[in-house]
Amino acid sequence: MNKATSPNGATPPHERDIKTIVNAGLARRHAAERRFRWYGLTAITLGLAFVVLMFANIINKGLPAFWQTYIQVPITFDAAALDPEGQRDPRALAGADYNALVRAGLRQLFPKVEGRLPLRALSALVSTDASYDLQRRVLADPQLIGTQQEIWLLASAAVDTFVKGNIDRGLEEANRPIKDNQIDWIDQLRAAGKIERQFNAVLFRSGDSREPEQAGIRGALMGSFFTLLVTFLLSFPIGVATAVYLEEFAPKNRWTDIIEVNINNLAAVPSIVFGLLGLAVFINFFGLPRSAPLVGGLVLSLMTLPVIIIAGRAALTSVPPSIREAALGMGASKLQMVGHHVLPLAMPGMLTGSIIGMARALGESAPLLMIGMVAFIVDVPKSFLDPATVLPVQIYLWSDLPERAFVERTSAAIMVLLAFMILMNGLAILLRKRFERRW
Amino acid sequence: MIKHPLAFAVAAALTLAGAGQAQSARDYISVVGSSTVYPFTTAVAEQFGKANANFKTPKVESTGTGGGFKLFCGGVGVQHPDISNASRAIKKSEVETCAKNGVTDIVEINIGFDGIVLASSKKNQPMPLTIKDIWLALAKEVPDPATGKLVMNNFKTWKDINPALPANKIEVLGPPPTSGTRDAFVELVMDHGCKEFEAIKALEKSDEKKAKAACQTIREDGAFIEAGENDNLIVNKLVANPNALGVFGYSFLEENLDKIQGETINGVAPSFESIADGKYPVSRPLFVYVKKAHVGVIPGIKEFVAEFTSEKAVGDDGYLGKKGLIPLPDDQRKQVAANANSLKTLSP
Repeated sequence: MNKATSPNGATPPHERDIKTIVNAGLARRHAAERRFRWYGLTAITLGLAFVVLMFANIINKGLPAFWQTYIQVPITFDAAALDPEGQRDPRALAGADYNALVRAGLRQLFPKVEGRLPLRALSALVSTDASYDLQRRVLADPQLIGTQQEIWLLASAAVDTFVKGNIDRGLEEANRPIKDNQIDWIDQLRAAGKIERQFNAVLFRSGDSREPEQAGIRGALMGSFFTLLVTFLLSFPIGVATAVYLEEFAPKNRWTDIIEVNINNLAAVPSIVFGLLGLAVFINFFGLPRSAPLVGGLVLSLMTLPVIIIAGRAALTSVPPSIREAALGMGASKLQMVGHHVLPLAMPGMLTGSIIGMARALGESAPLLMIGMVAFIVDVPKSFLDPATVLPVQIYLWSDLPERAFVERTSAAIMVLLAFMILMNGLAILLRKRFERRW
Repeated sequence: MIKHPLAFAVAAALTLAGAGQAQSARDYISVVGSSTVYPFTTAVAEQFGKANANFKTPKVESTGTGGGFKLFCGGVGVQHPDISNASRAIKKSEVETCAKNGVTDIVEINIGFDGIVLASSKKNQPMPLTIKDIWLALAKEVPDPATGKLVMNNFKTWKDINPALPANKIEVLGPPPTSGTRDAFVELVMDHGCKEFEAIKALEKSDEKKAKAACQTIREDGAFIEAGENDNLIVNKLVANPNALGVFGYSFLEENLDKIQGETINGVAPSFESIADGKYPVSRPLFVYVKKAHVGVIPGIKEFVAEFTSEKAVGDDGYLGKKGLIPLPDDQRKQVAANANSLKTLSP
């Protein structure tokens, strides 16, 4: 619009034309804007709805697993049966027949039960761990011998599932795992206040088990801890060193370009490939033991390294060049410049990247299949070389078992895993919010 | 230029390798193999660990039968597993691989049977199926009734196959080809179902390979849906879709009797008893293989085998029965236990 061409101050015709054109299109453009916003909103709502649905489903299924049914049974620690010689010899005490004590206690509760099958059904009310529980109690405190105690014994999974209302009592007897006479006994126990739900400490105290009521995630948690520790100790220093070298020291040439492309590619490699690599290198070549958290950690650090390097380099590039120039101008050496100024400023970003990489490693199960960590392991691992499994693998293994009571435990384990994930990602956000500087 | 980190990584790995070699004595039994046998072996392992304070609980990996044998046949020595679970007998080729790597003395233990069931939601009418019906419903090509020539399977509903069956759409959820359950299903149902037709029998005489393919190939037009390895998932899908049938192991039927029902096959309903006495046609033996060379090297193998073959575990009232394993007949069980405990090896 050249004002010089309009001598009378009137709007020149072509300017009016533009206005009409703009006005004519305005409604359409606004509509497009509104539509676009609406698309975005729908996408977010949909995403949130799915997240809420998933969380609600998992929590709904998993929450009951944090409580466990116990039955109060009078147990007579008969000295004649447990320790006939009276020596209190731990070996003799360990070998005694504790099952008999449990059976006697249950019969004391229901003296009228007769016959082999009803008696078996009665014993099936409590977990098979009950006798081992009594054994542990006696070994821990031999004073119990000769006394009678009211003891809360772990109920069997079928009883637990029934008490939690997951078995319909209206079903035909043949079609439910818990029989009519057992329901009758449970009702009597309930009326007498001898059945109650307590916090499920077993879930956090013990390793895996094939009996749902005895199964716990302690072993998997410790396995995850050891594995992630190895991963962090290896991948963080190596990742940071690589990022610093590539970003601050390496010359820009074809070799560094190739390395950069390769690192970026590695970050996108499917995780199972790292498992195969781990099997070939660490187990077959170096002869490390299968199923060990050490090998798991090595494999997962191969997987997290590229993530940490990429995040580290991004954090380093975000430090403005003026800082570097100022340090160099003041006479600092290149190493001093990096160590005293650039690295501290980039550290929050690097840590954030590492934590997100570690959270991904925590949720990984595919590469561990190859190196033998998809396994049933009862004993809680105590070192980097003990056989171990990790939390996501435990979830996978439990989800595949036929027993109904494992469904809620699977969801409970998912909840614990999610809690750790949220914790780690929360930490990453906190670090970024508090320490990251923006220029 | 990346010499530094690389050298560091290699040095670290070498140190770790040293640590690995130092820890060469393994003091727990290592079991690998089939995911179908996994629920049973783990139960025995746990029981064994609890009952024997002086032995550690064995480690049981779920790798699949084939993957298990690969590891098992890797060689003799603590870094190789001691026991392999299998949902089928060891193949000749696997025995040869084993022998090539020095694993010559293998003890085979038949621990019991596993039934494979076709089940549907309780909301569905029970369908009295025969193996022939199932083959007609699932084979890719079926003989044309008029000419006897193989044509693409066009059956849409069960009624098309057999007028006595309901007019439900054919929809069967089953395991993928990588699964041992699928192998067993093909072998026990598909291979037998096709033999009921003259056309296939004739084909078998002229071209055995072609006949085998005709028997075993499952249709790919959506009537058979590969639903993954997770049997619980199939059970849930059956509840959501009352018209569908699902293929899985008997223990999952037993555990979910409130939601699903097993279809009768050739007039026999799947039950603990009918599978045990061999009346139910679709069942397979399950095995455990023990490396004899490791007995005495790894502590507890002999005792573990004794536990696995004890009446307490695999007997008629054994704890494995409660987990869904179908016990062997009495005399066979005694024979298996005697052979296993004397560590009688497979004859080459």
